Amino acid sequence: MAEKIEHPLIVSVSPHVKGEETISRIMWTVNLALLPAFLMSVYYFGPRTLYVTGLCIVTAVLSEYIFQKSLKKKIVINDGSAFLTGLLLGMNLPPSLPFYIPIVGSFMAIVITKLLFGGLGYNIFNPALIGRAFLLVSWPKAMTIWTEATPIFAGIDAKTVATPLGILKEEGLPKLLELFADKTDLYINLFTGNRAGSLGETSVIALLIGAAFLLYKRYITWHIPFSFLATVGMLAWIFGGESGFFTGDPVIHLLSGGLILGAFFMATDYVTCPSVRKGQIIFGIGCGAITMLIRLKGGFPEGVMFAILLMNCLAPLIDKSVKTKQFGVIKHVK
Amino acid sequence: MAKTATFERGIHPEDAKGLTKDSPVVKANLPKRVVIPLSQHIGAPAKPEVNIGDEVKKGQTIGSPAGFVSAPVHASVSGKVIAIADFLHPSGKMISSVVIESDEKDASVPFKDNPDYLNLSADEIKTLIKDAGIVGLGGAAFPTNVKLSPPKEKPIDTVIINGAECEPYLTADHRLMLERPQEIVNGLKIIMNALGVTDGYIGIENNQPDSIKIMEETVSGETNIEVCPLYCKYPQGAEKMMIKTIKNREVPCGGLPMDIKVVVHNVGTALAIYEAVRYSKPLIERVLTVTGGGIKKPKNMMVRIGTLISELIEQCGGLTNNVIKVIVGGPMMGFAQWNLDVPVVKGTSGILVLTEDEYVPSEEYYPCIRCGSCIDVCPMGLNPSMLSILSEKGHYEGTKEYNLFDCFECGSCAFVCPSNRPMVQFIRLAKSQVKP
Repeated sequence: MAEKIEHPLIVSVSPHVKGEETISRIMWTVNLALLPAFLMSVYYFGPRTLYVTGLCIVTAVLSEYIFQKSLKKKIVINDGSAFLTGLLLGMNLPPSLPFYIPIVGSFMAIVITKLLFGGLGYNIFNPALIGRAFLLVSWPKAMTIWTEATPIFAGIDAKTVATPLGILKEEGLPKLLELFADKTDLYINLFTGNRAGSLGETSVIALLIGAAFLLYKRYITWHIPFSFLATVGMLAWIFGGESGFFTGDPVIHLLSGGLILGAFFMATDYVTCPSVRKGQIIFGIGCGAITMLIRLKGGFPEGVMFAILLMNCLAPLIDKSVKTKQFGVIKHVK
Repeated sequence: MAKTATFERGIHPEDAKGLTKDSPVVKANLPKRVVIPLSQHIGAPAKPEVNIGDEVKKGQTIGSPAGFVSAPVHASVSGKVIAIADFLHPSGKMISSVVIESDEKDASVPFKDNPDYLNLSADEIKTLIKDAGIVGLGGAAFPTNVKLSPPKEKPIDTVIINGAECEPYLTADHRLMLERPQEIVNGLKIIMNALGVTDGYIGIENNQPDSIKIMEETVSGETNIEVCPLYCKYPQGAEKMMIKTIKNREVPCGGLPMDIKVVVHNVGTALAIYEAVRYSKPLIERVLTVTGGGIKKPKNMMVRIGTLISELIEQCGGLTNNVIKVIVGGPMMGFAQWNLDVPVVKGTSGILVLTEDEYVPSEEYYPCIRCGSCIDVCPMGLNPSMLSILSEKGHYEGTKEYNLFDCFECGSCAFVCPSNRPMVQFIRLAKSQVKP
């Protein structure tokens, strides 16, 4: 041989070059995409945002670390996925919670929902949403105390109020409109996030900026969010009115609750949604239909969380029944 | 023309052809010793026709075809047969090979010129091609005369010359089109005559504007040959993608291009066909690219079949000191080597040497997060994610439901996978465990 090679040559299967995408790059980009909504949350709910989300993130990352360390598994807390679960859980919680609730929820999300099922890639349910569902059934009262959105610089004490969807459910649309100057004013406040709700769900504009970034980076595609939103809009328009079919207001339903956060950031979780695009549309429609069923007929004012969790169960089945469009399969034209 | 033609899905690796795309093809030094495997093609290995100690001339048949799907092999230098035994082949297998020590005279069997080559009958053409041992030079190495002998019930109406060279780094086909365009077009005409076809196409990716221009000029007088610029995307050079792009026909699952009346040949094959039919010259040399960050002076070279790649690397200035991987073929589908004393075979399109800087670790991978990236890029419209998961868990039978055998291992799925999963390895493993 011509020249001596110092170390043995590496022999592995092709391909020998690779793209730049990694799990941690994707996860940290999604975290970054949530930053605008997080900042708006700090603006409206002040230090409570930092307190609640901070507890969630620290618990998530720490419990993943301890779990992996104690079971002598590879420690992968740097991949950003535990951080993301913590962040998403925090953004799905009401502002005024005692410290132990976010901690329990975050532990539930990471250890029970994700790690015990085999870790990232193997979990059936969206971890953050299971965390939230667990908290909702464990502390139903604390989990439904909502605080008025109060810009930080206003310097006034925030009052406890109901969410727009809560008012809509309990007292109807006229009552909701009384609180605002007119319908446009209601829409604007819903859009900017000046309303009661979970920490990160209120500012539609900030969430859409993050979502647009993820769509641009192709980390998410239109299939799930758009079919989800379109279904909610259609059903709200058809069945959501108080004076018969086709009199509902889709805009209120689209802009309130956790819909935007859920449709763009939670239903699109790779692990728990179908991976075939056609199947994702079915998944989105299912999420939308269950959301509206709960909002209009169920016991809770909001249904996004349960809708996504229920559809999570169906994701493997959808993936199994929807096939990709294969090259060379001759279509039999009748 | 509107947008350049393309196919669905696929990927965009960095083309990295700058290292050699402007280097004219140079003749490699006459090798001192060649190792010529008796199986350099798909099908039955050739039967040896020489014994140890025999003196052979360049171009002499040393192995004869053993069956219809087979090909003869020829001595690429003159000299003495010093061994017939199993030697390491670039595919990693040990293959029965004839070793010839060169007498450095390079004495050749006579090649006769046949200026009337365009008026030969189909059978005469096929016999010349068969006797010359020509196989597909794009990499698959399927015997060419078999491709030219479709059964009667499958008439062919189109011949495509594949100049896409979609593998990054490789520039051998590109240089051939620039330097020997007329001979390639003559080769195409011979193929069209052999098949009785009037529609000829030459597909070239649009990252090679110079070869598109030259080929267009070369065929300007031909009424039934068209140059098709193709959008640069991997794996455009795959036969099925090429046909889909140019003719909008899909090779049926489990089928062959001849099922949809098309035959595709690589530009290097077209040149070899021309040389075989015009001069009765057997396939004893080919053009390949020796490239990569680990090669001091990357080159395109005309190389005798059987030359050891260690010799070629030496002629290209040797290796840099941070070499980590040596690949025979391109970076997407080539074979990594552990020993540099392997011969160049008929299907060798390049030698690629990667350094630590170019190398992407593949030892460590993570569970599939089902992001769907692989589904979005698979040119065959498969679900690689599912295939890899089923194979990883040992559910090999289940992979058939996901059309395992339609995968041609282009590696696009592995290229995009954020979990760094060895997709092609999982798929090959499954293929080895189940019957089609």
